[in-house]
Amino acid sequence: MRVAGAVRARWGRTGRAVRWTAGGAAAVLLAGGAAFGLTAGDAPRVQASDQLISVVDGPGNDQRVTLDTTFYRPVGRARGPAVMLAHGFGGSKRDVAGEARGLARAGYAVLAWSARGFGRSGGEIALNSPDYEVKDTRQLIDWLAKRPEVVLDGPGDPRVGMAGQSYGGAITLLTAGYDRRVDAIAPQITWHSLPDALFPSATGAGPADGVFKKLWTGLFFTSSAGRTACGRFLPSLCDMYQEVAEKGRPTESAISTLRRSSPASVTDRIKVPTLLVQGQSDSLFPLDQADANARAIAAGGAPVSVVWFQGGHDGGDPETARVEGLVRDFFDARLRHTSAPSPDGFTVTRAGGLDSATQEIVVGEATTSRYPGLSGDPVAMPLSGGEQTIFNPAGGSPASISAMPGLGALGSLGSLGGAGSPAGSLPTDMPGQTAAFDTRPLDHPVRLTGAATVRLKVRGDGPLFAKLYDVAPDGSTIPARRLAAPFRVSGEDVTVTLPAMDYRFDRGHRLRLVIATTDMGFATPAKPSSYKVQVMSPLSVPTVPSLATAAPPLPTWVWVLPVVALAVAAAILVPGRRRRAAETDSDVPLEISGLTKAYKNGHLAVADLSFRVEKGQVLGLLGPNGAGKTTTLRMLMGLIHPDSGEIRIFGHRVTPGAPVLSRLGSFVEGPGFLPHLSGRDNLDLYWRATGRPSDEAHLDEALEIADLGSALDRAVRTYSQGMRQRLAIAQAMLGLPDLLVLDEPTNGLDPPQIREMREVLVRYAAAGRTVIVSSHLLAEVEQTCTHAVVMAGGRRVAAGPVSEIVGSGRRLEDAFLELIGEAP
Amino acid sequence: MTTYNVRRTLPLRVEAVRQFRRRRTLVAFGILLVLPWVLMLAFKLGGDPGPDGVPSLVGVATSSALNFALFALFAATGFLLVVAVALFCGDTVASEAGWSSLRYLLAAPVPRARLLRQKLVVALSYAVVAVVSLPLMSLVAGTVGFGWGDIELPTGGTVPVGTALGRMAIIIGYSLVAQLVVAALAFLLSVTTDSPLGAVGGAVGLVIVSNILDAVTALGSWRDFLPTHWMYAWMDALQPQIQWTGMAKGAAISLAYAVILFALAFRRFRTRDIVS
Repeated sequence: MRVAGAVRARWGRTGRAVRWTAGGAAAVLLAGGAAFGLTAGDAPRVQASDQLISVVDGPGNDQRVTLDTTFYRPVGRARGPAVMLAHGFGGSKRDVAGEARGLARAGYAVLAWSARGFGRSGGEIALNSPDYEVKDTRQLIDWLAKRPEVVLDGPGDPRVGMAGQSYGGAITLLTAGYDRRVDAIAPQITWHSLPDALFPSATGAGPADGVFKKLWTGLFFTSSAGRTACGRFLPSLCDMYQEVAEKGRPTESAISTLRRSSPASVTDRIKVPTLLVQGQSDSLFPLDQADANARAIAAGGAPVSVVWFQGGHDGGDPETARVEGLVRDFFDARLRHTSAPSPDGFTVTRAGGLDSATQEIVVGEATTSRYPGLSGDPVAMPLSGGEQTIFNPAGGSPASISAMPGLGALGSLGSLGGAGSPAGSLPTDMPGQTAAFDTRPLDHPVRLTGAATVRLKVRGDGPLFAKLYDVAPDGSTIPARRLAAPFRVSGEDVTVTLPAMDYRFDRGHRLRLVIATTDMGFATPAKPSSYKVQVMSPLSVPTVPSLATAAPPLPTWVWVLPVVALAVAAAILVPGRRRRAAETDSDVPLEISGLTKAYKNGHLAVADLSFRVEKGQVLGLLGPNGAGKTTTLRMLMGLIHPDSGEIRIFGHRVTPGAPVLSRLGSFVEGPGFLPHLSGRDNLDLYWRATGRPSDEAHLDEALEIADLGSALDRAVRTYSQGMRQRLAIAQAMLGLPDLLVLDEPTNGLDPPQIREMREVLVRYAAAGRTVIVSSHLLAEVEQTCTHAVVMAGGRRVAAGPVSEIVGSGRRLEDAFLELIGEAP
Repeated sequence: MTTYNVRRTLPLRVEAVRQFRRRRTLVAFGILLVLPWVLMLAFKLGGDPGPDGVPSLVGVATSSALNFALFALFAATGFLLVVAVALFCGDTVASEAGWSSLRYLLAAPVPRARLLRQKLVVALSYAVVAVVSLPLMSLVAGTVGFGWGDIELPTGGTVPVGTALGRMAIIIGYSLVAQLVVAALAFLLSVTTDSPLGAVGGAVGLVIVSNILDAVTALGSWRDFLPTHWMYAWMDALQPQIQWTGMAKGAAISLAYAVILFALAFRRFRTRDIVS
């Protein structure tokens, strides 16, 4: 049931254009691949209206700001639940237009807005402050409550969900914390605690003792720089950043300001269903930020689902369609109360391998019903390597590289375990700066899901960076994920939590813990120093065995197409099958009545031909070139379909492959042999192809007629024209057929052979069989045949015993010329 | 009446013998059986290919017999196997028409549908033997040249021999299914034209056109429905976990095209006037 639902959901999610393409492609295939040019169907039009909404905010509720908004009406219904879509840092309401239209088509009223300080909205950036941005969004909810398109839960209380990425994700959490009217939230790649994200500490020491994430923080605060150093930030925030960045350490007031802008301050007040989507390629807001949100919200009793997808702030596969689909499913379940997905489920998308057709990485979903946190089911792995001394270079340079914006795209390639993948070839660590501790080679693959931990003994003073590498049996080493966990040495014994990730270590591979003194993304001291590092515990590797990957769903056409093709094939084959009418044997070897055949070019080859051949006759079929003799004989063999009329052999109507043809021996329009086989093999295989017993073949008699001598065992391609001719006549006589049809049998024969052939034919007919000879050699016909049919222009112009046709005292030649001269 | 029995006409064994002694059959098999040895010698003389940055099968071709067989298959899939399959299936009826022996078979009489069926079975069998003989001979040549061992995957990692043989069977099986569309196309052309060269060349030509269209990325997902788009999908079996999606799609496309093309061939031959 769930599987079927999932397939349906996915089909629905693929979008109309894709569906049209798949369906259209099937149709094209049906049409024999001819009909290209199907266009995607028009998606239903979404009505959108832009408006400026005035709000009042500030600590004293005295600052007037206009927000630029777009409202998308629900498609196909008068009223629907509302969804507010927030944009990411540096963006505007335009960024979410595509997702908004998708949700509107699914029946939601969607409000997208540019936050204060962004796009065409007024005001300055206050970093999702409860005094500014949160007040703004609460007034937008007031506005939504007045819209006739929005379903209300109560007076002034619209049914509303919120979704957004990064900066926009944080506002959904904060608004849900401050406003009870919000019914469901889907924050993506966002933070729990801004001070912890910007001044992380892997020992849990807190931001005051954290390491400054200088690269990302700098990008965050200066991305809109223009008129001022920090662009549209509130001046107080700008000053705060500059002070912190200069020192490389946070001030008390900075920490408290950033904390007020963090969901961490309100998560205990969030009581609504929450879908947390976090990126696996994210060094700005790593997975532990979503973990903190999930634990805090779940502690308050609200249902929480967690999704780890491939993308994130560092790049990587954005999986836009999958994430938007998950968000829509979530809102369908929470705002519409359709069949609900697991309320506290956990989904991880995993790179499964390369799709060789597209050279793209296949990403599958692994799911389990409960979010296990970052330390589920730990496995202890002893680490080798004694105490190591590492150095912080003067000036903090060169620095090792772990994460950088954009490097995330390489992470997913690396997760294939590719020793030759480009991710492995980037310089990461500098000599002398890293201590490395390895596990033993793995007996079986291990899937790390969560954050590994290890206890270290460190002597020294300053920041260090803990990372996890994957070492292949051949020694090639790649980062398990391009993430580093910074910590400041404080006291000798520290427990370090490594970056959270989902990564598969293959059989035979080793895990390597690397402790580095520098990292490009963080502030490190300029003063040279040295550290002594020693591991004090095994590496504790969390696993979540219950995470199961469903096979990536196959598009429906994979099943539908072959079935449809079979149906089409049946439709191609069924019509045109003729039912054979009941027939009775008769003694008449051949009876042709009303036979007519016109070729496609309009040439009338045979017109209303009728004649009858009796047993024991040798019939000559005479006519000038183009008289229709050969066409008639071909119809007689079932090779050509007559347009009208019929041919009966011994009472049976001739159709292609009619069994009665087995009583017919034929030689028409030259021999036909397999040139690579000998004459004997040709006759032998031909007879075996007829499927009749070999003692019926009378092969010796036929070979006698062929008179090939030793040439019989040479390949046919070495034969002369006359030899082939004789072999073909011998083939026609195989099995001594009751009706023998020979077309120009004496072509290429020398006079003795011609005479012999004549005698053979006469003898053959004398035995009660029937022979039809087509020829234009009149003398020969005169000497051999008892009867004749004369054709001209496709018609019969004379028929009867040769003596009758000739009349008395004339030669056949005269009679013939006279006859065909009369022909129309 | 004679002892004629439709079900005994043109037995498979007779058709197989008729086709086997042909020079083109022997040459095709000769090439497919000698090629692995030539490749093996080439690697031996040229030395280790060495990694060139991009993961590929050639980079690991010399690490074991199985790797070598995979490389040989990879090198042959795009053209050599296509030509071999098109040769066996495209030539079978057209050459009979060319020799004029077709009309005597039909007047024997072998009913048309039966003639096609028997010829198709024999031609497909030859094609299967041809496709299978290349990797099998490569295994022999590879064992001689590079020894027997685990498959080394181009993306890193190894597959143990036991699993690898199963994967090899999947790969060969999929290659056969993927070539079915070529066989069907060649067969349809074979009953349409009297020239064997036209039938074989036409099928190979259309495969080339399909490959060219496949290179036009602007066609987007339309390319999924090109008959040759999934020809290399068997490489999905060379990943730590087998990816079935591409092979399932490829098999669906190939089967769908093949069924329709075969049906058209039978329909066409049933109603056609034989004038060769």
